[in-house]
Amino acid sequence: MTSFAETGPRTAVTEGIRVDKVNPRARLLKNIRAVVVIILALVGLIPVFAMGITAFKSRADVVAVPPKLLFEPTLEGFVFLLTDRSQLRGTTLAEAQENAEGGEPIGIFDRIALQNGQRINGPSDFILRLRNSLIIAGGSTLLSVTLGLFAAYAFSRFEIPGKDDLLFFILSTRMLPAVVVAVPLFLMYRQLGLHDTHFGMILLYTVFNLSLTVWLLKGFIDEIPREYEEAALVDGYTRLQAFFKIVLPQAATGVAATTVFSFIFAWNEYAFALMLTSNNARTAPPAIATMLGRGGIEWSAIAAGTLAFLIPVIFITFALRKHLLRGVTFGAVRQ
Amino acid sequence: MATIQLRQVEKLFGEFQAVKPMDLTIQSGEFVVLLGPSGCGKTTTLRMISGLETVTHGDIYLDDRLVTWLHPSERDIAFVFQFFALYPHMSVRQNIVFPLQAVGASRETIERRLSEVVDLLRIAHLLPLKPGKLSGGDKQRVALARALVRRPAAFLMDEPLGALDAEFRESMRAEIKQLHIEQEATTVYVTHDQVEAMAMGDRIVVMSDAEIQQVGTPAEVYYDPANLFVAQFIGSPGMNLAPGTVAGDLLSLPGGNNYRIAPEWQETLSNTQNGAADVLLGFRPEAAEIHVAGELSGEVYATELHGAYKMLHVSLQEEHDVVHIRSDRQADYPIGAGVRFDLKPDMVRFFNPHTEAALLAKRPPPVSRREVVFT
Repeated sequence: MTSFAETGPRTAVTEGIRVDKVNPRARLLKNIRAVVVIILALVGLIPVFAMGITAFKSRADVVAVPPKLLFEPTLEGFVFLLTDRSQLRGTTLAEAQENAEGGEPIGIFDRIALQNGQRINGPSDFILRLRNSLIIAGGSTLLSVTLGLFAAYAFSRFEIPGKDDLLFFILSTRMLPAVVVAVPLFLMYRQLGLHDTHFGMILLYTVFNLSLTVWLLKGFIDEIPREYEEAALVDGYTRLQAFFKIVLPQAATGVAATTVFSFIFAWNEYAFALMLTSNNARTAPPAIATMLGRGGIEWSAIAAGTLAFLIPVIFITFALRKHLLRGVTFGAVRQ
Repeated sequence: MATIQLRQVEKLFGEFQAVKPMDLTIQSGEFVVLLGPSGCGKTTTLRMISGLETVTHGDIYLDDRLVTWLHPSERDIAFVFQFFALYPHMSVRQNIVFPLQAVGASRETIERRLSEVVDLLRIAHLLPLKPGKLSGGDKQRVALARALVRRPAAFLMDEPLGALDAEFRESMRAEIKQLHIEQEATTVYVTHDQVEAMAMGDRIVVMSDAEIQQVGTPAEVYYDPANLFVAQFIGSPGMNLAPGTVAGDLLSLPGGNNYRIAPEWQETLSNTQNGAADVLLGFRPEAAEIHVAGELSGEVYATELHGAYKMLHVSLQEEHDVVHIRSDRQADYPIGAGVRFDLKPDMVRFFNPHTEAALLAKRPPPVSRREVVFT
């Protein structure tokens, strides 16, 4: 007979846990699993890491074979990304270098440009692209979440003729790859004068996102007991007031989760942005992908652009992470 | 405080008749309990009074005001929900003042009313908390405070104690009753718990199958049920019922028992029982008295000690026709033993097994009316 000390855990169990999860063999397995997961996560992060370091590599280091892990970091990529430059030649270059050495006050970007024999003429288009991305992704997210919220509330609370059919119809807009409608959309947009406009892109992404937001938010609102609104009604409020004062605060989790999903879609969308915009409303994703330098593809600039592009998504996801996690598991367990 | 009147109020959900046309008047300051099994239409009735449910036919009056088609917020009523419906994102304080903000009450009024109800319900220490942190009883107190703070014309309560632990339920029962007495508030209270209804109601409206079965004081519905449903639904266990056949002044019951019919019942029973001659004898467990020379006999089928008393299950005839008899807690009755018992004459009732209605005794009319007849 084996004693308790041999088969049981070495320390007293002071947490609520199943027996088979605390015996030593299970603990060992658990640790192995954890190590495997960490390794997989690291493998998954390699492209992001590669992108991160590429953004800070010089032009020579980027194309070095084998890839350099140790290098002298430079902001070259960001300079290429964010500025519009012209090549200096002969005497002008020598003059500029002389001035710089002579202590003429120039910014760090100018100095880096000068090392490559270039002068900064002004900001590049990329700033505009980022701004377009923010306007379009932000605008369409706001619109699709707002419209989705009202629609979801109506579907959740009211008797609507053909409710199930309507919901299915809304979902059916997702049932074919969006690219299938690319050509008709292109023609429509050109006819309507929506081609290369912010409004056109906001409209497009709003429509794409609406099916997602209606369905997601309906799920969240279904979970909120009607009694709260009924209490507000007898407490002397109208239904609209009850919606804003009672339902909306309780749906905050769902709204946050839906906002993130919507925003990420609109922010990342590439194919339609490439096709339906050219200059005025062009967003960052197609701009990054088509970034070409004089001496070939500017890898460090592309990496820097992608990095800059990731920041808003990371920021929003991080800011809403508490809601997001609760949102994903919401309704899984009846409270 | 207001009088509530329902005139021929009916509710249909599609084809389904949730509430059959119903007349009911609730007096100002009265505590009326709507009692019935689930699905009997009691909650629908309450929701129609509140305006959360529209009526199909009929009218609802608050005092002389026709409110049938008014929005819930215009009716001046407060509703207490079974699961409290405290707004989870607001503090207790915000919850309580929420109805006052709806009518745009001034800051001073809000503070004054708030401190009044908070003192009344002794919940001052809870004000900064969120509802999620409260115990069931405290949640219910806050819900009551939110209802009281507006000084509404009537309180509607939908099983407000249903979600509480048994222990809390009894003390809250007394608290709500006490509150009602202090405030003289017209209250309509829905429950499926007959003990609660008996304990709290000035009047009880017993409902079943979408209609009113009986309206009466707790004593009336307990001692003089209008029909078999009320007889069996009220009381735990319900009224004992034994089938019998009338022959002259004797009622023959199962197991060869004969019960001598009291004089005031004889005319009623002989009149109604032409030919078929069957009737249901009804009595409460406490109406039977065990006695060696008792008129009726049976066999002990099971015994249960309920603390203060012992409940005997006595079968009149070979494990059939079991009746419940309340006996002394110390008396010992082995299973299978024979017992004899008498029935207190004033607590015996009779029912027509076909119509299920209670039969009425021909009691001598009051003296004053007899005089009128003779002059």
